[in-house]
Amino acid sequence: MTSQAESRARFGVPADAMVFARSVRKSFGSLDVLKGIDLTVPKGSVACIIGPSGSGKSTFLRCINHLEQLTGGVLLVDGEFVGYDLRDGKLYEVKDSLLCKRRADIGMVFQSFNLFSHMTVMENLIEAPMRVRGVSVAEAKASAEVLLARVGLSEKANRYPRELSGGQQQRVAIARALAMNPKVLLFDEPTSALDPELVGEVLQVMRDLAESGMTMVVVTHEIGFAREVGDDLIFMDEGVIVERGEPREVIANPQSARTREFLSRVL
Amino acid sequence: MSLVEPKKTTGLPLDLPVEELIVVPRRRYGIWIGIAIAMLFAFFIGKAFATNPAFDWATAANYLFHPSIMRGLGKTLLLTVVIMAAAIVIGTIVAIMRVSPSAVLQTFASAYVWFFRGVPALIQLIFWFNLSLLFRTVSLSIPGVGTIFSVNTNDFMTPFVSAVVALSLCEAGYLAEIIRAGIKSVPHGQFEAASGLGMSYRQILRRIILPQAMRFIVPPTGNEAISLLKMTSLVTFIAVDDLFYTAQSIYARTFETIPLLIVVAFWYLFVVTVMSIGQHFLERYYGRSDRRQENPLIRLLQSLLGSRKGRVQS
Repeated sequence: MTSQAESRARFGVPADAMVFARSVRKSFGSLDVLKGIDLTVPKGSVACIIGPSGSGKSTFLRCINHLEQLTGGVLLVDGEFVGYDLRDGKLYEVKDSLLCKRRADIGMVFQSFNLFSHMTVMENLIEAPMRVRGVSVAEAKASAEVLLARVGLSEKANRYPRELSGGQQQRVAIARALAMNPKVLLFDEPTSALDPELVGEVLQVMRDLAESGMTMVVVTHEIGFAREVGDDLIFMDEGVIVERGEPREVIANPQSARTREFLSRVL
Repeated sequence: MSLVEPKKTTGLPLDLPVEELIVVPRRRYGIWIGIAIAMLFAFFIGKAFATNPAFDWATAANYLFHPSIMRGLGKTLLLTVVIMAAAIVIGTIVAIMRVSPSAVLQTFASAYVWFFRGVPALIQLIFWFNLSLLFRTVSLSIPGVGTIFSVNTNDFMTPFVSAVVALSLCEAGYLAEIIRAGIKSVPHGQFEAASGLGMSYRQILRRIILPQAMRFIVPPTGNEAISLLKMTSLVTFIAVDDLFYTAQSIYARTFETIPLLIVVAFWYLFVVTVMSIGQHFLERYYGRSDRRQENPLIRLLQSLLGSRKGRVQS
């Protein structure tokens, strides 16, 4: 039995679950950041996570692609542990090459863009496809051009990141993540570092992505985006999921007092 | 722009446009005094150089391209290149050990830097030269197979080899610190973004971290190369026939001490100048992603004379 099949059977993972989390815990030293997160993100859906800073939402996101290791619980992406293999009821830490291969399928977009500053936009986009996937230069460039057109930045291919505005940099970062053809895209507060007038262009690109059927987990403060684009709205506070549901429903009619208080402050 | 307050006595009209006010530059008496003293010193130094017969410029000129001086210069350059190359390799390895997750490797690397940076280069040099006092022979033997090879320490620890070993180990201690600082200067987000894309630790180091660290590594490494060039004159102590040793052996015979020291100083200065030009272009290459448009000649002159403003970018 493959690790994937064993995991699916053992934890009862629904066939359409892209991200599957059960009692996910994470602590840094004595600080418990995540205290048991249960969440299923179906394929093709958009989950938006909101909550005050320090609520653990970014940490949860970073656990999904194994940038942070779990302290406890189960977190599967497409029915598989990212950093482990399940064989005969034991979790084996996978070797680096396999971890890299799995991470390559999980795109991530950061708050601070993190474009490679010594590379042009084009080089940023073709680096990982060439080095990790072994794609040829010509092929990588061709698909990079398609992606740049998609985020509306074709004419910036030979610019360096610092020559671009924040909004443009973030659109390049999204294109860079897409260049790996990920199964799921994680967004860690993608618009929080942007000037207000640049937020719209990034959200537009994300909206288009959601419409194209990409599975997305978005940590955000943009309640409007969550309401419009999200299939699921998750409100986290102090390391637990306080409330979740259909975004319009949660925003219009929050059940918990903490959700109400948070929404009243950000809306 | 500095505005001059209207003097009360003249009674300037209040509606006078600002552009029509006269700006009187501040008088910088201190600078004028400084200039006068500097000119005076320059005059006396120039006069001494020109009139003191002991400088004996003619003799210096005669020795400038003397075959043994040229051979010595060649040896000095060879030493610098070989030692620098070895030190960069060792230094990079030590630096990567120092940023590795393993506490053992980190401690080992720290101890290396602590020792080789802490002991004076001359002492290390003489120590390696006298290695045979510690180990008579160096041999490799495998139990059950026998001795693979065995050589007398003195046979391979020639002055040249001891110079290379001693100075590259010493220089690597300095370079390791420079390279480590360079690696640390790259924001952690770059590492995370690359990991998120599925790049391996090696790929991230080679393709993402080190190229960006180079911007911070190249300028101090250039300075290290320059000071290494001069440091190689220490090998005179263990009788390696470098530039300085050759000049010494000539003036020990002919007593033309000052002219030969001038020759040596000339060649060191010459090589340092050439190296500075190379360093300038290397810096330009690694800073290409954030270059500002400036006159290339002015930039070259600035970096040669050591006045570099605003070189460190955010």
